Formats: sequence, structure tokens, C-alpha cells
Amino acid sequence: MLTVTDLHVLNLAPVSFELGRGECVVLGGPSGSGKSLLLRAIADLDPAAGKVRLDGIERNAMSGPAWRKKVRYFAAEPGWWTDRVSDHFPKTDALAPLLDALALPADAMNWTLERASTGEKQRLAFIRGVLDDPPVLLLDEPTSSLDDRSARLVEGKIRQHVIERGTCAIIVTHDDAQAERFSHRRLTIENGAVVEARS
Amino acid sequence: MSYVVLAYTDLALASLLILISGGLSLGFRLGIERQLVLSAVRMCIQLGAIGFVLKFIFQQSSPFWTLGLALIMILLAGREVFARQTNVLTGFWTYGLGTSTMMFAATSVMLVALAGLIRPDPLYAPRYVLPLLGMLLGNTMNGISLGLDTLTRTAKRERLAIEARIALGQSRADALREPVRDALRTGSMPIVNAMAASGIVSLPGMMTGQILAGVEPVEAVKYQILIMFLIAGATGLGVLMAVLGTAWRLTDERHRLRLDRLRAV
Repeated sequence: MLTVTDLHVLNLAPVSFELGRGECVVLGGPSGSGKSLLLRAIADLDPAAGKVRLDGIERNAMSGPAWRKKVRYFAAEPGWWTDRVSDHFPKTDALAPLLDALALPADAMNWTLERASTGEKQRLAFIRGVLDDPPVLLLDEPTSSLDDRSARLVEGKIRQHVIERGTCAIIVTHDDAQAERFSHRRLTIENGAVVEARS
Repeated sequence: MSYVVLAYTDLALASLLILISGGLSLGFRLGIERQLVLSAVRMCIQLGAIGFVLKFIFQQSSPFWTLGLALIMILLAGREVFARQTNVLTGFWTYGLGTSTMMFAATSVMLVALAGLIRPDPLYAPRYVLPLLGMLLGNTMNGISLGLDTLTRTAKRERLAIEARIALGQSRADALREPVRDALRTGSMPIVNAMAASGIVSLPGMMTGQILAGVEPVEAVKYQILIMFLIAGATGLGVLMAVLGTAWRLTDERHRLRLDRLRAV
């Protein structure tokens, strides 16, 4: 479903791999090895030579915003453009069940961002990014500021999204146990190259 | 029109005030006496020089000499915009964007005012063109410097927020909405404040000058109001073009944020 061919990311050997419908893959490697840059390049947030296709359609065949509506990057540190939580969400009925599923109170939409903890913001950013059902999720350490219980809730949502909706996901994580739970398929950056392994 | 002509001895007497300030600096060990005297001397030389330049150009009353000085003024103002930035665009845009937008805004408003409103004879009379251009450039330069500095600083500081919007599939116009709005607001603030305060807190320099030169106060006020409108128009136009142009350079055709096109100075 997602095909990456000879993608040139700063300091990395050209990257090629493929992800099928309903598939999760874990991306690992030391800090600073280029995991975030690879995800950013796939989401077309940084200029990068090479081809990235979604269901056979190259990213340059559509506008940048149209591509990113389908291939969604979740930054490790989410950004917020106003002080009110509600400004960052469309009004939709899908919101309430998601808040509930990730153990966030229903009135979270009335919060200001200063009031939200780092972990709450991370979960809010996850919800913000999945509300419009993008077919590809690129998650950069999606549970780094969460306690074990919340982390499991987010993991569950990611798996549910991928399996039920036939999407795919790349997840950057430093947590081996979490990586194990997500997928048997692993991409690892070693000495400037992406190598594939199955555990 | 009548006004009291100053003798050089009057200036020499007034310069004693600088010596008094210098003495105070020495007495209190402020250490600014050197700078004070140097800048006073610089002012005398610079103003003296421009006095002779203007006298020469007024006598020639030639469109070429007028145009030449106008061009030098525009280039110096462009350099000044650059000097006041914490971040600048790379390449041609470093000077090009600020200078060209400022030139377009100031000269187009000036041409409209000269041809349509003031109508001096001849139209290029340096006595009208140069002071008018100077006032328009000075204010547009101020607005553009502030606007651009605000935009580039905000874009850098708010990178996470801007890229969050871009990652969600929003267009570059949406993603940069808040930084652009802040920049436009900051760039227009000086002229808005100047209009609101004039006549109450401050008597504008041009009007004061005309009154000292013997012009009827009400006539001087009419001129000042016209100038304020022209300045507001030129500043608004210049700030808008410079800020939108920079926002366009800070993003690309794929709607990516391109902070790599900024260089800290």
C-alpha cells in the first residue's frame, strides 16, 4: 500500500521498503540516526529525492496538503497554534468516543493547553491526527510521555485503526516490549542504512 | 513667509549645551562624553553635507539628479531594513525583498500624491519629491523592518505549531496565518500610534518646521494630515507586500515550511 523507493534522507543510504494494508512496522535505531527525518521525508515535510507511492500514486502527483491528508506524521513533540484545546479539533461526533477510549475527560475540549499535562497533550495530538482517518500513520514515539496504562490504550487504538480500517503504520519506539507487541517486522537504522529484520 | 535666519554664532552658542552634557558625563563618570561629542560632530558633518547636496540639486532642478538621489535614499533604506533583522532570507532575497517592496510602496504612493494631489510645477521638482520620498521611505522602512523581524522570529519560534498544521494537511496560508497576522500588526503599529498621538502628545516635525518657517498653522496642519495619509498608505502597502512575500519564500510549492531559507545574522 505504501511503497518507498530510493528515498534520500540526510546522511542515510537510499531507503526502500514496502508496507502492506493492515501492517504495522517498528522503526528503531539510536537517537540522532535519522528516524524522525525518514518519517518527515515520507510525509513530504522535508524535500527528499526518491519515490514514495500510496496505492501506486506518487506523492508529487498530488499537492503537498492532499498527500499529508493521507500520509499523516505525528511529531514526537506535538505543536499547538492557539491556547485553546478546542481550536485544534473539528466539531465531529467521532471526538467523544476517542477521548473516552484514551481516558481523557469529555470536557478536555474546554481546557487551555497550559492546563494539559505532557501526556494529555500527546494523547490529544494523537486524536487530532486520526479523526479524519488517514490511511498511513507515521508515529514518532507516540507514547514517550505516557504511563504504562495510557500507553497501552494508545497502542490499542493504533492497532484498531490499522486492522479495522485497513491502514498501515510506522512506529518509532525505544521500548522493546512495546515494539514486540506492535509487530514482528522491524526496520532498524544501523550505520546509516535502514535494515529489515523479523523477530 | 517670514522666519528668523540663524547665524553660525547662534549654532556655536547652542553647541555649548553639548559641552554641558559632556561635563555632566565626566562628573558622573558615565563614560559617554566621547560618543556624545563624536555623534554631535557626525551630525554636523552629515547634515551640512546633505544641505549642500540639496542646495545643488534644487538649483539644477533636473529629473536625473533628483532620481539619482532618490535611488541612493532607497538603497540606503534597504540596507537599514537588513541591518535591523535577526534572521534574513538567503540569496537575492536578503536585500531584494525588503528593498523592492519598500521602493514600490513609497514611490507609487509618492507618484499618486505628486501627480494627483500636490501637483508641483514641474512634477519632479526636487523641493517636493525628495522630502516627500524621505518621509515615506523612513516610515515604510520602519514598518517593514518590524514586520519582517516579527515574521521570521515567530516562524522560528512557532516551528512546531506551524508544522503541526502542515502535517495535518493544511495549506501554507492556513499554517502561517497567526505569524503573518502578528507581523502585519506589528509593522503597522508605529504609524497607527503616530496618527493617534499627533497633535496631543507630539507635534509632528514637518508641521512644526512649516510653522517655524512662517506657514499658517492651519495650512501646515493640512499638509501634515495629507502626509500622514500618504505614510499610512505606503506603510500598509509595503508591510503587506514584504510580509506576504517573505511568508511565500518561507514555504514552498509543496506547502512545506522552509526555515532552511533563513540565515541568522
